[in-house]
Amino acid sequence: MSEQPGLGEEFVKGLWKENPVFVAVLGLCPAMAVTNSLENGLVMGAASTFVLVGSSLLVSLLRRFIPKAVRISVFIIIIATFVTVVDFSLAALLPDAHRQLGAFISLIVVNCLILGRQEAFASKHGVLPSLADALGMAAGFTLSLAMIGGVREILGSGSLLGVRLFGETFAPWAVMILPPGGFLTLGTLLVLFAWLRERKERRRLRAGEAEAAS
Amino acid sequence: MAEQDAPAREAGPLRLVGTLTAAGLLSGLVLVGAYLITAPRIAKNRADRLRSAAFQVLPAAESLDALELVDGALVPGVLGGEGDMVYAGRNAAGELVGYAVPAEGPGFMDTVKVIYGFDQERGVIVGLQVLESRETPGLGDKVGYDPHFLANFEALVVEPEIVPVKGGRTADNQVDCITGATISSEAVVDILNRSAGRWLPVLEGAAEAPATGGAQ
Repeated sequence: MSEQPGLGEEFVKGLWKENPVFVAVLGLCPAMAVTNSLENGLVMGAASTFVLVGSSLLVSLLRRFIPKAVRISVFIIIIATFVTVVDFSLAALLPDAHRQLGAFISLIVVNCLILGRQEAFASKHGVLPSLADALGMAAGFTLSLAMIGGVREILGSGSLLGVRLFGETFAPWAVMILPPGGFLTLGTLLVLFAWLRERKERRRLRAGEAEAAS
Repeated sequence: MAEQDAPAREAGPLRLVGTLTAAGLLSGLVLVGAYLITAPRIAKNRADRLRSAAFQVLPAAESLDALELVDGALVPGVLGGEGDMVYAGRNAAGELVGYAVPAEGPGFMDTVKVIYGFDQERGVIVGLQVLESRETPGLGDKVGYDPHFLANFEALVVEPEIVPVKGGRTADNQVDCITGATISSEAVVDILNRSAGRWLPVLEGAAEAPATGGAQ
């Protein structure tokens, strides 16, 4: 580690290079369980964003006061508090979305992405880098959920955000909104992302070789 | 790493206990605050949903009286109350047009909660809405929105009992199950059979129930 990366870099890495779902393969439970429509993916992404950003902010602010021996317990208390606040707020403001997501809102507490960022980043960095990291990771997570949810809704219900895309003759591929559809979509997207990464890497290598030869 | 700044000394047991106590205390305060702020709104959402569902299953009703069954007698209650509730629907002239009855029972995945409109004079169910279910999306949860399935409940005779069938109904006490969601369909029928069997004697005897009530 030669020098401190900038705030922009901390943010952008969560979108692509260290994307929590497609690269780090974290937080798969919500990534598959609630993404049977784009809307559910976005609501879950927004709820996780609030929890991740709030927890990272608090953990990085308090990192000097939290003894190492009890840090995980304190992180979990902080995360669980944010999750419960989100749970109450959704039930009050968006009752339909809350009914759709059900128990999965409470289960954000055990999303390893959120605890992982506290342990790996926020507890070791200042407030600003931690915020940039949390926002980037949360944006990457939301984007991934939206992609999975979008694909599954188009194929499984023939609609996007509840708007029908095809004519009456379209027979929705119901398996896509069932649990197997989550695995199929996630697997396909993982392959796609790995292939894109590899292609980029190979191009970079080839460009280096060409330069060395000239 | 340049910013490695964990506490250098090992913290003593008092400090550990103190940190956790403070964290728990603060968390508790935040949660109680959030609960107090959101609780009225959440209760209102639940009551709104119940009320709109009740009007949907009793199309002829203009107002609702919440009634609670206490010791075999119907007494005025509150909409969305915890007890054994039914909602008497009245038309603009104040005449009883039927009851909206909440009921629940085990479905394929979890408890299914429904509310149905009940014409106690004819012993006929006149409408059904699913309030809460965790049935399989795209298959079992169709019991809540499939128009063909819900049409079963627009005039469904409950006596001697409701019978689930496949391939189209041929009698007034039959429910045509959803293909691919037989268990969920049968679960709804089962909930209705048990609930109607319990409420029919109560409601038949209570046709002249008091017109007072808290919910409009």
